[in-house]
Amino acid sequence: MKDPVDVLIIGAGASGAAVAWSLAETKMHILCLEQGGWMNPAEYPSTGRDWEAKFYGEWSSSPNVRGRPEDYPINDDNSPIKVVNYNAVGGSTVMYTAHWPRLHPSDFKAKTLDGVADDWPIDYDALTPFFEENDRIMGTSGLSGDPLSPLTHPPMPQQPMGLSGAIIAKAMNKLGWHWWPSDTTVATMDYEGRARCINLGHCTPACAQGAKSSTDITYWPHAIRAGVELRTHCRVREITTDENGMASGVVYYDKDGVEQFQPAHVVIIACNGVGTPRLLLNSASGRFPNGLANSSGLVGKNLMFHPYAQIYGYVKEPTDSNRAPPTCLWSKQWYDTDLSRGFVRGYGVQFVRGAGPVFEAVVSEQKGILPWGTDHHRVFRKLNGHRLGFSAICEDLPEEHNRVTLDPVLKDSHGIPAPKVDYTISENSRKMMEHGLARGREFLETAGATDICVNSPIPWGGWHLLGTARMGTDPERSVVNEWGRSHDVKNLFIVDGSIFVTSGGVNPTSTIQALALYIADQMKQRLANLFD
Amino acid sequence: MTDLLTLTPRQRDDLRTVAAMIIPASEEYRVPGADDDIIQADILATLGRDTKHVVAALDHLARLAGMPLADLEPAARDDVAQQFRSSGGGAAATLVRVVLQCYYRDDRVLRSLGLELRAPFPKGHVLPDGDWSLLDPVKARGGSLRRAP
Repeated sequence: MKDPVDVLIIGAGASGAAVAWSLAETKMHILCLEQGGWMNPAEYPSTGRDWEAKFYGEWSSSPNVRGRPEDYPINDDNSPIKVVNYNAVGGSTVMYTAHWPRLHPSDFKAKTLDGVADDWPIDYDALTPFFEENDRIMGTSGLSGDPLSPLTHPPMPQQPMGLSGAIIAKAMNKLGWHWWPSDTTVATMDYEGRARCINLGHCTPACAQGAKSSTDITYWPHAIRAGVELRTHCRVREITTDENGMASGVVYYDKDGVEQFQPAHVVIIACNGVGTPRLLLNSASGRFPNGLANSSGLVGKNLMFHPYAQIYGYVKEPTDSNRAPPTCLWSKQWYDTDLSRGFVRGYGVQFVRGAGPVFEAVVSEQKGILPWGTDHHRVFRKLNGHRLGFSAICEDLPEEHNRVTLDPVLKDSHGIPAPKVDYTISENSRKMMEHGLARGREFLETAGATDICVNSPIPWGGWHLLGTARMGTDPERSVVNEWGRSHDVKNLFIVDGSIFVTSGGVNPTSTIQALALYIADQMKQRLANLFD
Repeated sequence: MTDLLTLTPRQRDDLRTVAAMIIPASEEYRVPGADDDIIQADILATLGRDTKHVVAALDHLARLAGMPLADLEPAARDDVAQQFRSSGGGAAATLVRVVLQCYYRDDRVLRSLGLELRAPFPKGHVLPDGDWSLLDPVKARGGSLRRAP
C-alpha cells in the first residue's frame, strides 16, 4: 500500500493549483491527482494554419465533442446550455477567455439586499486580500478605478483598445452607458516568465505565446518547486472513508489504467461544479448511502450556469476580428437590481471584438445570413472582419431542480458513472436575457450595425459550473461550512466553484481562486485543530 | 448510412457538386470555387472525425437527388440543395462546415480577402492602443458599488 500523504488534492485546475500553492508553505506532504496531463504549447491551435478548424474537433470546448482520453462524457441532453470545460494541468484555465471580473460585494448578500437566494456565509471583504494575491500570481492586466466595479490593482496595463474597442466605446458614450477596459489575465507586458501578448487572437483554446495566464504556467511551477507532488493522468473514482466517517483516501486509476489506493489525512476536492458532485455521488457507501458529504441532500443541486444572451451585428468599419484577444471591455451598467426592469439581480456585459474567417463563415451560413451561390462572396466580404458583439452574462439564481446526478447508463473510459445535468432557465433569467438583448440591440444600432443576430442562450456556453456543493453555516442547507470544510466529513474540503452560494453576473474564475486561497489560509490557521 | 471511413467515387462527385453550389468560383473576386481540386483534396485529407457525419450527409443528399447531383437540371439541383440544408440536421451542417473551413484557409482565398497566409503564432498582430480619453465621460459620471447596509 502507498504511504499516506498529508493532503491529497483532486484536480489541478484553477482552484486545485491555488490551494496547492498556498498550502505548500506548511511543508506537509501534498499530492495532487489530475486526470489530464501537461499541455504542450507548441501544439496549441494558433501554431497552425488550421487553427480555426481545430475548434470543431480536438480543441472543442465541449468534452463530448473533444473526446480526448483525459475527458469524461457528460449527459447534458436535458439542458439548453451545454457544459464546456478542459481537463489537463491547468484545467479550464487552459481554455477560457481570460476575462477577469470579480464578484461584487452585493453578490454575497443577495438575500439581505434583494430577498432572493441566500447570503454567503462570508463577505467580499473576507476575500479581498486573496483576490489581490491571486491577481498578482495569475498576472492581471487592466485599468484601476472603474466606478462600477470592485477596486482592483492590476499589475499590468489594460489591453489596447483596438479597432473594435473604439467603436464600442463611442457607441456606449452616445448612449450614456457605462463601459470600462476589462481586467484580464492576458499579460500586456513580460511578466513573471510569461511573454507579453502579441495578439494571436485565438485566446480561448490556449495561448501558444503563454501570455494568457493558466495555472500550469503560473501556480504550478511555484507549487512544484515548493515540494508539491503532481501526478498526472490519474482519474479518481471515489473517496473512501474509515470507521469514524473520516476520509481515508481515494481510489484512482493511474496512467496505465491500473486501480490504485492512495491514503490521505486530508482530502481537498477541486473538480468544478460538475466534477465535484459527480465524485461525491460516486463515493456513496454504507455509511453515506446518498453520496459523501450529502446529509443535506444538496450535493449536485442548485447548479448555476450563467445564461449568456448574445447579440451581434456588422458595422461598416473594420473590427479587430481574430487579431486581438476576444474580450477587451466590459459594462456593469445593468449589474445591480432595478425592479423596474422586471427582474431581480442583474448582468454584466462582455463585448466581443469579432471572429476569424472560418468561424464567421460557418456561423453566418448557419444563421442564414451568408447565402450559397454567386452572392456568397459579396456577402462574406461584408461580414468578415466587421463583427461586433454584446454578451449579457446573466446571474443565475440557485434552484434545486437544476442539478447534477449520476447517469444510469453513461460511463467514462474507466467505467465510472458519468454526470447527468438537468437544467432549465428560470423566468427571472429569461427576463434578464431579454433585457440584455434589447440593450444590446440599442448598442449595435447606435454603432451602426446591421444583420443583427442573436444567440440566447449561447448553447455551448456552460463555462461556469457553480453551486452544486454550496457553502453555509447550516448543515441542513449547505454542504461545506464557511471555510470550505464538509459539514459531514471533517477532513474533506471543497475549494472549486461548486461552493458558490450565488453566481453573480460575471465570469467566476477570479472568485473561485480567491476562495481557494481563503480556504487554504483558514486551514493553515487551524492546523492544530483542523478536525474539531 | 454507408459504414466506410472514406467516400465512394459517387459521394466525392456529389461533395464536389454541392461544394460548388455553396461557393462557386468568382472571376470578380479572383477566387476558385469550393469544388477546386486543391480545396477538395484538403477536404478529403482532413475529414478525420467528421467523416461519419459527412458520409451521412452525402447519403441524405443522394436520397434527395435520386441520381448524381451533377446530372440534375439546375433548378432541380437548387431544390435538392434547399431540402438538403433544411432537413439534413447536424450531418448537413457538418458537411457545410467542412467545406467552409477548408475553403477559408486556402491561400488564394485568403489572399483575395487581404489576409496573411500564416498561422497566428509566432508573429501575432498589432493593435492600435486607442484613444483612452473616450473614458472621460464614464469617469465623470462616476458611480458607487452597492453594498449591504
